[in-house]
Amino acid sequence: MSLDNFWRRHRTLRAALRNLSFTAGILILASVVLVALSAPWLFPGDPLDMVGMPALWPGEDPAFPLGTDSLGRDVAAGLAHGARVSLLVGVSAAGIGLLIGTAIGAAAGYSGGWVDDLLVRVTELFQTVPAFLLVIVLVSIREPSAPAIAVAIGVASWPTVARLVRAQFRSLRSADFVAAALVSGARPSRIILRHILPNALPPIVVTTSVMVANAILTEAGLSFLNLGDPNLVSWGSMIGDGRQLLRTAWYLTALPGAAIALTVMSINLAGDGLNDVLNPRSGSH
Amino acid sequence: MSLAYRTGRSLRRTLVQAVPTILGIVILCFLLLQLMPGDVADVLAGESGAATEETLAAIRSRAGLDDPILLQLGRYLWRVAQLDLGYSTRFGTPVSQLILERLPNTLVLMLAALGLALGLGIIAGSVMAIHAGRWPDRVLQVVVLFFYSTPGFWIGLMAIVLFSVKLGWLPSGGSMTIGIAPTGLDFLRDRLPYLVLPALAMASFFIAVYARLTRATMLEVLQQDYIRTAVAKGLSPLVIRMRHALRNALIPVTTVAGMHLGNLLGGAVVVETVFSWPGMGRLALEAVTGRDFNVLLGVLLLSSMLVILTNAAVDLLQAWIDPRTDLS
Repeated sequence: MSLDNFWRRHRTLRAALRNLSFTAGILILASVVLVALSAPWLFPGDPLDMVGMPALWPGEDPAFPLGTDSLGRDVAAGLAHGARVSLLVGVSAAGIGLLIGTAIGAAAGYSGGWVDDLLVRVTELFQTVPAFLLVIVLVSIREPSAPAIAVAIGVASWPTVARLVRAQFRSLRSADFVAAALVSGARPSRIILRHILPNALPPIVVTTSVMVANAILTEAGLSFLNLGDPNLVSWGSMIGDGRQLLRTAWYLTALPGAAIALTVMSINLAGDGLNDVLNPRSGSH
Repeated sequence: MSLAYRTGRSLRRTLVQAVPTILGIVILCFLLLQLMPGDVADVLAGESGAATEETLAAIRSRAGLDDPILLQLGRYLWRVAQLDLGYSTRFGTPVSQLILERLPNTLVLMLAALGLALGLGIIAGSVMAIHAGRWPDRVLQVVVLFFYSTPGFWIGLMAIVLFSVKLGWLPSGGSMTIGIAPTGLDFLRDRLPYLVLPALAMASFFIAVYARLTRATMLEVLQQDYIRTAVAKGLSPLVIRMRHALRNALIPVTTVAGMHLGNLLGGAVVVETVFSWPGMGRLALEAVTGRDFNVLLGVLLLSSMLVILTNAAVDLLQAWIDPRTDLS
C-alpha cells in the first residue's frame, strides 16, 4: 500500500517544514520577549496615563501609531507593557503548576499503594472542579495582584502535570537501572531526583510550553473580567476596556487579542517543535 | 458482555467514584471560602451606607457566620445532602432557586459547545489525517493552531463585530427575544441564533484540542496491521477510514473530552459575560463581587456535579464504542 511510501517520501520535507515553524515560533517569541523587556525604554511613563485624544484609530495620529483608547491612553504603550505582565504571569504560573504537579505525580507514582490512591483521588478532584472558577475563587481570596494571580493559575493547573509525571514514574520505577540503584543502597530521594526525574523530563519539558500558553490565556480571561491586577495594564484588561467601544472602535479589542494569539501561537509552535525533538516517537507527527 | 450489562457496570463505577469526589469538592470549596477576607455582613453594611457593630453582629449570627468552622462545615454538608444549598444573603432568595434558574441556560450552552467542539474537531482531525502532508492538512493545521492559541472570548468578541455589527446576521447578546413567548418550532427558531456565537466562543479552543488529537491518533491507527488487512481485503477507502480507523481513533478522543469538561465549563464564566448569557457563570462572577459565599459554593459544587454527570455520559458512550473498556 502506498501509505508507507508516502511517509517515507515526505519525511524529510515535513521535518524541514516542522523546523521552519519551530524557527518561526522561536523568532516571534523572542521578539515579544524583546518588546516586553524594552517596554520601559520604548514607552517610558505609566501606560495607564492619558496622553492624547481619546479613541484615535490606528494611523490617525502619527504620535500614536496604534491609536488611543477611550481614555486617551496609548495602545502601543499598553501592548508593550502588557507583554511584561502576560509573559511574567504565564511563566511563573506554569512554574508553580509544574512544581506542584511534579511533586504530587512523583510521590504518587513512586510510592504506589494508598499514597498513590489518595493522590490520584485529589488529582481527579482538582480536575473535576472547573479550573477557571477555581482560579476566580483563589484570586478573590486576596487583593488581586500579579503574583497572587500566578499562584492561583498554578494551583488550578497542576493536575495535567501530575498525571503525566505519575505515569512516567510508574513505568520508570520498574526499570532495571532503578532496581540497580535500589540494590546499591541509594536513598529514595536520590533515586527520585538523580535517576528517575532526569529520564522523565522530556515530556515534562514539552508540557511546560502548553502550561505557559494556557496560563497566558487564563490570565487574559481573568483581567478581561476585571479581576486582574488593577495597577497593571495587561492584554486581557485592554480587551475588557475596549469592549465598551466594540461597535465603533473594535481595534481596541482586536489589537490586544491579536497580541495574545501571536504570543501563544509562537509558544505552541516552539513547543510542537520541541516535542518532535524530545519525543520523536510521540503521535503528534 | 451485553450492552446492558456494560452500561450497568459503568454506571455503578461512576457512582462509586462520584460520591467521594463530590464530598471532597464540598470540603475543598468550603475551606477555600473560609480564607476569604470580608463576609456578607461587610458587603451589606457597605451597600446600605452605614451599620453599627450590633447590626453587623446580628447579620452574622443570623447567617451562622460566627459559629466554629467545623460546625459550619458540618451544617453545610448536612444541608447539601438534603439538596439545600443555603440562602443567598445578597439576592435574598434560596441559592438552589437562584442556580436552578440559571442552570438550564448553562447546560444548553455547555452541551452545544461540547457537541460543536467534538463534531468540528473530529471532522477537522480526520480530514487532516486522511490528507496528511497535503494542502487540506496544511490549511487546517494553521486554522487549528489559531483556535488553539486564541482566547475563546476574544473570538466571541470579534465574531460579534463581524456577524452582529457589520453583517447583522446574529444577535450580539442575550439568550432569547424579549417580549415574545413562541412555542414549538418557533421557539427553536428564536433561541438558536442566540446560541451560535456563545457556543462557538466556548468551543473554539476545544475544537483545536480534539482536532489535534484526532489527527494524531488516526495517523497512528492508519499504520496498524489491521488497516493493511482491510485494504488487502479490498474494502472501500471510505469504509476503512470511517469504520476501522475513525472508530478506533475516537476512544482517546472521548477520554480526553471527559478530562476537559471542567475546563470547558470554566470558560462559561467569560463567555457568558461577553454575550450577556444568563447562566451560572455570570452568577458566579456576581457572587464573587458580592462576596456571597453560599452562591459561589453552590455554583462551584453544581458545576462540578455537572462535570461528573457529563463524564458518566461520556463513559457510557465509550462503553458503547469500545466493548473492551470495562475489561481493563
